Amino acid sequence: MAETRTITIDPITRIEGHLKVEVVVEAGVVKEARCSALLFRGFENILLNRDPRDAALLVQRVCGVCPVGHAAASALCLDNAFGVDAEVPHNGRVMRNLILGSNYLQSHILHFYHLAALDFVDVAAAAEYEGADEALCGVRDFIARGELSPFVPRYEGDYRLSKEANQAATAHYVKALEARRTAHELGAIFGGKLPHEVGIVVGGVTEVPTSDKIAAFLSKLAGLRKFIADVYLPDVLAVAQAYPDYFEIGAGCRRWLSYGGFDLETAEADLLKRKRLFPAGRVEAELSLAPVDPGKIAEYVRHSWFEDATSGLAPGAGETKPAPEKESGYSWIKAPRYDGQPHEVGPLARTLVAYAAGDAAVKKQVDGLLAQFGAQAGALFSVLGRHAARALETARVAEAMERWVMELKPGEPVCDWRPVPDSGSGMGLTEAPRGALGHWAEIEGGRLSRYQLVVPTTWNASPHDDEGIPGPIEQALIGTKVKDSENPFEVVRIVRSFDPCLACSVHMLTPRGREVGRWRVL
Amino acid sequence: MPEDKKVQEHPAIWFQASGCSGCVVSVLNGAAPTVANLIVDQLAPGHHVNLRFQPTVMAASGEVALKVLAAAEKAEEGYLLVVEGALPTAAGGLFGRAGAAGGGETTMHQRVLDLAKKAQAVVALGTCAAYGGMSGAQPNPSGCVGVSQALAEAGIEVPVINVPGCPPHPDWFTGTVAHALLFGLPSPEEVDAAGRPKRFFGKLIHDLCPRRGDFEAHKFAKAPGEPGCLYELGCKGPWTHADCPERQFNTGVNWCIKAGSPCQGCVEPFFPDVSCPIYRKLDLDELPRVIKDDSGRLAPSARPVGGRAKSLLQEG
Repeated sequence: MAETRTITIDPITRIEGHLKVEVVVEAGVVKEARCSALLFRGFENILLNRDPRDAALLVQRVCGVCPVGHAAASALCLDNAFGVDAEVPHNGRVMRNLILGSNYLQSHILHFYHLAALDFVDVAAAAEYEGADEALCGVRDFIARGELSPFVPRYEGDYRLSKEANQAATAHYVKALEARRTAHELGAIFGGKLPHEVGIVVGGVTEVPTSDKIAAFLSKLAGLRKFIADVYLPDVLAVAQAYPDYFEIGAGCRRWLSYGGFDLETAEADLLKRKRLFPAGRVEAELSLAPVDPGKIAEYVRHSWFEDATSGLAPGAGETKPAPEKESGYSWIKAPRYDGQPHEVGPLARTLVAYAAGDAAVKKQVDGLLAQFGAQAGALFSVLGRHAARALETARVAEAMERWVMELKPGEPVCDWRPVPDSGSGMGLTEAPRGALGHWAEIEGGRLSRYQLVVPTTWNASPHDDEGIPGPIEQALIGTKVKDSENPFEVVRIVRSFDPCLACSVHMLTPRGREVGRWRVL
Repeated sequence: MPEDKKVQEHPAIWFQASGCSGCVVSVLNGAAPTVANLIVDQLAPGHHVNLRFQPTVMAASGEVALKVLAAAEKAEEGYLLVVEGALPTAAGGLFGRAGAAGGGETTMHQRVLDLAKKAQAVVALGTCAAYGGMSGAQPNPSGCVGVSQALAEAGIEVPVINVPGCPPHPDWFTGTVAHALLFGLPSPEEVDAAGRPKRFFGKLIHDLCPRRGDFEAHKFAKAPGEPGCLYELGCKGPWTHADCPERQFNTGVNWCIKAGSPCQGCVEPFFPDVSCPIYRKLDLDELPRVIKDDSGRLAPSARPVGGRAKSLLQEG
């Protein structure tokens, strides 16, 4: 009988938040996988009874890596509830896109270099550096002092880049720290500060566009576009060339979903029909486009620490009752399903949906990439496919931002500021850097009576659903060959390719009045 | 290669509890010093911060990472403990689980207590770690508390420096660490009643605010995007202590009030609850909520209203 072994990785570092992954390996192949979210904050309950306008600021504290996506979704949701969806001024719409776009650049650069790269790049190669690059000399001297934290220890045995390529990538790791800082500066021009910007409010934006801000924005953006074109994209290709087998690993559930994002108009009230930079849609492996119907989304809890009676509800339709002693539970995340099926969200989903929708810019990028590697579209359903989609998308967003900033009209309105309505309800659907993001709100007596979020990592890192179907990351792990169970590179590379954000995904309600103190340690 | 005669290594452990990682992301925005200066270089000649455990940037995962933590904990020279995020205490800490060696599990709360016992000092980074913050906002579903409160309740005596902010400015963190490295821990005169370095949190936003002239002239913005003081849009500058107006965020590019958005009071104990509704004008009735909170949490700092602000508030 083949040897069976369970590998527990807790913490999964270099992601946002607290994630545990358990895989059962039999004869060197992953047979079962479980993703467990370990932190519960009860964010939706914290928002209850507050002034609805506060939500766009407070929800950003769900995630410090992608706060702007939450501000954007919350503002769309509140615009809807306040009845100002179509009234957001031109400048307000454009600045929202610029702030969110800046955060995309920051988040994607951070993800590749500072979260994912250490799985592919051997920083220790800088020890033998003989050149004059200041950053590399710094790293070399650092290594020479004999203290290698936080870059060593690590999993060992599968670093494949040449010494020179490792050194170049290490220099870029340091350079990328500057690039992502610049991306935050870019976002702060119209968003006030980052993380947790302050510009986006219901009805528009608080900052006013002026020619000096536009010029500063263009200057910083030009530097970032150069970094993306000359450093980020080539580095992703270099990793792909050295690790080509990762085009074949980590496909996942082969169903992708995008709500669409970056409004190009505000006249259309239905967000899924709005003209947007990223189109809305769903695709499966044959890449034919299907529409998104939010009514088909439900969340299941059989394997989450919530009471079974609350399973299968639509977002915003019911309260969630924690049950931490539940035998079948293993995560604080619910399992959202579209039409009963798990869906992957994120840059790869957006890219595939746009490709299927016939987006010319995306087709050009993707076909170029596939031609370079002599690969078919199926190669995109992989660890490297996710990294490539994220990098290509970064270039497209930056290019669009350069057009958008020129559309700003100094001296014209930025916000349609209205009193809080006594009652109302709203839905805000957009795309955060990590994928499809939905906020739902209800207002009663001028206060929030309900606030619900279904966020990207809830989709991607979801546990098994009531039918026993594993979530997208779990499916991506199952079937993977693990060469060395002491150094399970394959597992962490697959998990990180999704760019999980755990603070985002655990956001469930705690019903008021429940006595929580009686729970005991399991 | 430079002559590193005797570089003193200062070990640090950065533990993340209940939060959003916004603090570490903000620290990554440091410009002078940069985060590379902080981690790789000598922060000051002869002094290197040896960041042994930092989950957002460290290479190691799982058991390998936990071994690093265990080794760092046992090191004779001790370490600086940086805590980001609040500590969930409800349900025996189960709302915040953390991996333990051998595939086991502990809680974030317990892990921080264990680490603090052996730390030379603790930096509670961000408003969640300092006072509970957003994670501990009412009705505080996970029973989150700040580090000082958790340590006091456990009877653990170790110096704690609060560096609040949601997020904290990177300079507030690196400046605090540099001070500890070069001059030792701040003296009691150098911190305020809320445990914050006065260097950064010693003055009111309102007293430093470039829109103060508009306030004095009673020129108030009534809606976002309008010029004027943001007092009527709910600005909490009159009781918030931080140097944001001078320092500004993101390498001096902008900050909340400059961007037309009212100060949220994010560095104060009881944020966000005392600040909500954020866009509601401050009035005298709510000021005592800040001054006289009797919940037993850490007492807020000095009088929250500057002289001029108070006189105007009393007028209207």
